[in-house]
Amino acid sequence: MTAPMPAGAQAYPETETDDPQAAVQTRSRARSASGRGGWRGLLVQPVLIAAGTLAFVLWRATAELSDTETRQLGWSALGRNIVDHLQLTLVAGVLVLAIGIPLGVLLTRGPFRRATPLVLAVANTGQAAPAIGLFVLLATWLGFGFGFRSAVVALVLYTVLPVLRNTMVGLEGVDARLVEAGRGMGMSALAVLFRVELPLAVPVMLAGVRTALVLLVGTATLATFISGGGLGLLITTGVNLSLDALLVSGAVLVALLALAVDWVGRVIEHLARPKGL
Amino acid sequence: MSETIAERSDERPGSGPTAEARHVSGVSIRLDGVTKQYPGQRTPAVDAVSLEIPAGQIVVFVGPSGCGKTTLLKMLNRLIEPSGGTIYLGDEDVTGQNADQLRRRIGYVIQADGLFPHMTVGTNVGLVPKMLKWGKERVAARVDELLDLVGLDPETYRDRYPKELSGGQQRRVGVARALAADPPVLLMDEPFGAVDPITRQRLQDELLRIQEELGKTIVFVTHDFDEAVKLGDRIVVFDVGARVVQYDTPEAILADPAEDYVADFVGAGATLKQLTLTRVGDVELRQPQVARVGEDSAPVVRRAQAAGDQYVVVTDRRGRPISWPSLAELSRTSTVPDTVDEHLPVVGLHSTLNDALDTMLAASQGGVVVTGRDGVAGVMVVETVMAAIQQTRGEAQG
Repeated sequence: MTAPMPAGAQAYPETETDDPQAAVQTRSRARSASGRGGWRGLLVQPVLIAAGTLAFVLWRATAELSDTETRQLGWSALGRNIVDHLQLTLVAGVLVLAIGIPLGVLLTRGPFRRATPLVLAVANTGQAAPAIGLFVLLATWLGFGFGFRSAVVALVLYTVLPVLRNTMVGLEGVDARLVEAGRGMGMSALAVLFRVELPLAVPVMLAGVRTALVLLVGTATLATFISGGGLGLLITTGVNLSLDALLVSGAVLVALLALAVDWVGRVIEHLARPKGL
Repeated sequence: MSETIAERSDERPGSGPTAEARHVSGVSIRLDGVTKQYPGQRTPAVDAVSLEIPAGQIVVFVGPSGCGKTTLLKMLNRLIEPSGGTIYLGDEDVTGQNADQLRRRIGYVIQADGLFPHMTVGTNVGLVPKMLKWGKERVAARVDELLDLVGLDPETYRDRYPKELSGGQQRRVGVARALAADPPVLLMDEPFGAVDPITRQRLQDELLRIQEELGKTIVFVTHDFDEAVKLGDRIVVFDVGARVVQYDTPEAILADPAEDYVADFVGAGATLKQLTLTRVGDVELRQPQVARVGEDSAPVVRRAQAAGDQYVVVTDRRGRPISWPSLAELSRTSTVPDTVDEHLPVVGLHSTLNDALDTMLAASQGGVVVTGRDGVAGVMVVETVMAAIQQTRGEAQG
């Protein structure tokens, strides 16, 4: 290896001056795009979330509340509702990923492409159907029963579409020539999928995942109608008993949670975006 | 395998572009009745093509778009499965071989952006060796060696992403990646399309230089006949259905087109086409006065005056030309300056007279600096090109 390539750079002085201007420009542009601009946007949201949380805590500590309100907004009750809510979101979220991503990959592979319209139609229906209807339908008619399990199933049906569709769109957006280049150099179809297609599709896929998670946080409020628990309990109690403090607390907490989940999603998107794009 | 290239370059006799006994590391390719019939189409896209591509040569496929030349190329590495016929690599029938294994033995360069944008230049180049389970250090050494070979400084470019390179540099990396595992055969599918003419010409020069060193079997697809004439040891002219209309050396095709179809394709300017056949290395070059950066200016100026020159070629410390100042400019400085002239017209010995003329016109200069293996090989002036045109005119008439 120490033997020189005598002709190499020597005979071709233009190599380094080969349009260096353009290269330098793209280089600096690439830096600024992935650099400060992106991070600054990411810093605003947590500040807002922290401010909102602080305001809520202060209000909770100082507000004059009725007995029922105090019970419902007690730290332990509140904590349980939040944990329930997160649990619904996370379990449904994991299932959505476990179903949406492999299905999306499968539907972009040769022979399975033909099933695409059918599967998308089903997923579309899932999302287009009123969420509350899905919950009740699953709990009553379809025999899933009341409780956590059917709430999770309904949530998955309702939110799988963005993950599925973004996986497909992301994979299909990968330049076909890159796939050909990969195959042409002897990578197997599987290697091309994992080393080329999926990494390049990651930004689009993660955007879908974030959308799904935010949808999940919001929709999980409906779980309370089939005894699935969560922050929806505060809201429905507030509505039923005309206790505005409960109603607003529930709504504010769900909103803060959704914003927080959205932010985590954005951070992951930022970190997981392949370098060099 | 990775060390052999360097050794080879020492064994190579002579350094002229037309060195007779050049090293051959490629193998021959033989096509026997290769056919591609797509279902539902009445006529085959490629109809029973039989061809023999000799080892160590550049064979260029030309023809109008849709003639099947790219389909035929992609059947060589079975990106498209032939529906009939046999393909031999050397003596080996590869038609039924595992396609992935086969492709790791065949370099492949595609049009434009074939580099993986999320991998660094080094990772891109090292992909195939890694697939072949080379050790980490061997891959790294090979990557550096190849970047050097295609004229990119490994230190500078190894860890960059493709998007941070200019179009020309990306093409170089593409070539390096295809050569990574030292495959005997290289398939190139319009690899230098969509770059500006000057960059394209440099890439062509560089490919010829690399080929002179390595002696691969290269199959090159283009629709540009000038490119075919410049690069090809032999040219295959295709018509629809990948019908082989003529398969011969560029000189023979230009001199004696097999059919009207070829004559049309070759175009009318046959005299000017001769400019594409003549290499800069084939004509007599003037020897300029050469000065190194940092030398005292005064003796250089005196030397040039004694030789009767008006200009001096300035080279950097590695002997590469960087500027071409006049004596008047030079005598205003105490030592030879290290300013790099971005627009310095430079061609290689492999460049055609056509390239040289293009380069002069693009730089608005009456001459070009010619570089060879050991730095400046001479300068060529526009009068030399004119003389060559006059000469071929004379030959054509006489």
